[in-house]
Amino acid sequence: MTHVVSLVFGLEALALLSDPFPNGIEHYLLGGLLVGLGTAVIYLGTGIAAGASTFLESTLSYVSSLSRFEQYRASRDWRVVFTLGIVAGAAIYAVTFQSGFLSSSLHQTATTGELYDVGGFTLWVTDVQPWRLLLGGVLIGIGTRVGKGCTSGHGVCGVGSASSASFVGVATFLLVAIGVAQLVAAVGVTP
Amino acid sequence: MADHDSHPLFLPLVFVGGLIFGFGLGFSHMAQPEIVLNFLLLEDLGLLFVMFGAAVVTGVVFFIAPAGIGRAPLTGRAYGRRLKTLDRNVVIGGGIFGVGWGLSGICPGAAYASLGVGNYAILWGIVGMFIGAYVQGYWRSSDLETGTATAGAD
Repeated sequence: MTHVVSLVFGLEALALLSDPFPNGIEHYLLGGLLVGLGTAVIYLGTGIAAGASTFLESTLSYVSSLSRFEQYRASRDWRVVFTLGIVAGAAIYAVTFQSGFLSSSLHQTATTGELYDVGGFTLWVTDVQPWRLLLGGVLIGIGTRVGKGCTSGHGVCGVGSASSASFVGVATFLLVAIGVAQLVAAVGVTP
Repeated sequence: MADHDSHPLFLPLVFVGGLIFGFGLGFSHMAQPEIVLNFLLLEDLGLLFVMFGAAVVTGVVFFIAPAGIGRAPLTGRAYGRRLKTLDRNVVIGGGIFGVGWGLSGICPGAAYASLGVGNYAILWGIVGMFIGAYVQGYWRSSDLETGTATAGAD
């Protein structure tokens, strides 16, 4: 397994030398800075380093009495608000830049999935197959909670805190995800 | 332990932070599973700028705030870093998350944002995440006495 992954990894890395950034980097960088800014705003106001995956368990505490979820009762309300904010913020992006009502040289139009029109606004839907989203989702629900964090908790807050647990967590899920994505593509599953 | 004791601006501020966070995920296209999969296939490494761009901002703020400002104005909390105990769970959970991330191209924050850009199909993934979170909660509630459950993970 390790050998297969490293071989595939090596071959891909060679192919990359041609153009590692076919879609440019500006919108990626600006988006990432905003993700960090959102986290920083909450942190400066509240002292809380908010990650996105705790919402899953804290929200389950509304409907389940499992003892595991009890510890999240105190934070469940604000975590719902945080998640609603994330959905709303992305919706603001959709009705502005994605719909073409705002434009910027830093913005990149979607090159994947399908754009569709609702009431004059341009929305976007993925082509990735539902079974991948569902099965992947189940594993993400288990893994992020057992592993103490996700791409935002470990990746943004934990790395920003120079936490060794988060460096290990990020390295683990990043390398495993690269291997799995390569294997899934190699057996012909697309998209 | 209640994080929102009384301050009237607590929830509005969390919402505004979420707005900026979600807008960033939309603008960067990390809300599109295909973009994440293209990154994991090493065909477009731009996503590195999303992750490192975000971590650089939090790194600076998490470093400066504890030194320069007293306590958080809305909660009275001391500013601290986000530190978790490094144990087997970090690796096991990270590995399971990695399989899911590599299979689907979604992660929790990006999935919420994906809903916002109109991606109704992401509901499959969000339902799956709740199922997975419930399943591990069920397991870990039955063996809480092992002491492996750790509070406050993000």
